[in-house]
Amino acid sequence: MMSWMRLGLPLLILIALAFLLARGLQYDPRNLPSAKIGKPAPALLLPLLGESQQTFDMLSMRGQVWVLNVFASWCAACVTEHPSLLQLASRKGVLLVGLAYKDNPADTQAWLKRYGNPYRAVALDTDGRMGIDYGVYGVPETYIIDRHGIIRYRHVGPIKNDFFDQQLVPLLTEISIEKQIP
Amino acid sequence: MNGEQRVSAQTPSPEKLNASARTLSAATPGDEQERLSAISSELRCLVCQNQSIADSTSGLAMDLRQQIQEQIQAGKSDTAITQYMAERYGDFVLYKPKFSVDNAALWAGPFILLMVGVWVVLRAIKRRGRFSPPLDPPPDQTRLKKIEERYKRDAK
Repeated sequence: MMSWMRLGLPLLILIALAFLLARGLQYDPRNLPSAKIGKPAPALLLPLLGESQQTFDMLSMRGQVWVLNVFASWCAACVTEHPSLLQLASRKGVLLVGLAYKDNPADTQAWLKRYGNPYRAVALDTDGRMGIDYGVYGVPETYIIDRHGIIRYRHVGPIKNDFFDQQLVPLLTEISIEKQIP
Repeated sequence: MNGEQRVSAQTPSPEKLNASARTLSAATPGDEQERLSAISSELRCLVCQNQSIADSTSGLAMDLRQQIQEQIQAGKSDTAITQYMAERYGDFVLYKPKFSVDNAALWAGPFILLMVGVWVVLRAIKRRGRFSPPLDPPPDQTRLKKIEERYKRDAK
């Protein structure tokens, strides 16, 4: 090998590895991709807050894009996120359903009274089992489910300001999704 | 209350856990406990990511251990249980993900790097061998004698 190649090749490899390292360091290990994207949203067979007899009827959501927000009264970050959810519901008419995760229903009720209730319905997942089926590992988490009942997006942590424009609008305006399900 | 604000998502504090989770170890017979321990050691805790579900004390780990125990009691196989977890939490939850196109680089990477290393070392050894000079053939004795005589004649 020519001498310039002998010097250059290890340097090139080093630069390539440094580049990979830099990229890797930018990933947030707390922000895991959902294994459920492209899969049907599991049925929320849970009691609803304020309605003792009913469970949440997922089939009634077919034909609409809706958002499942996983929250709890013991979660501080949920308080930060809540005004955005209230805005989404009231100003943009987003269909929000709450999943009260590992929470006492009385505490959930009090929390919603204090901070406002943007949810069409609140499903009570008091032991967190429903959450396991969705792949929930913390709160808050937000899922977008499309018209066919397929989970299309999952956000970990409080939703960002661009949530409506970047994540919801594309799904609200899509006509056919046959090609998009993996 | 969990005072941890560093992560953007939170998990419940120990006080919020079900009472049934605490009686978990008291009720299980020996080999179920062993299976529970074995399976949960193969799964990564997503909350305390440097621990397995067996070791982690986070709420999610305890919930998942309970799930695993129930599935063991329901007669599910180890593969079925780990598959159940991977379907919900992704391959990241498995310490040993199933070999596939996606993680081929992860599985094969160390061996490939080893092969490359061996190749580099072998080349270096070969190259060093080539630098030692070849031995000259022994001189032709008759020709040597002729040159010596001519030298002696010219010197006179």
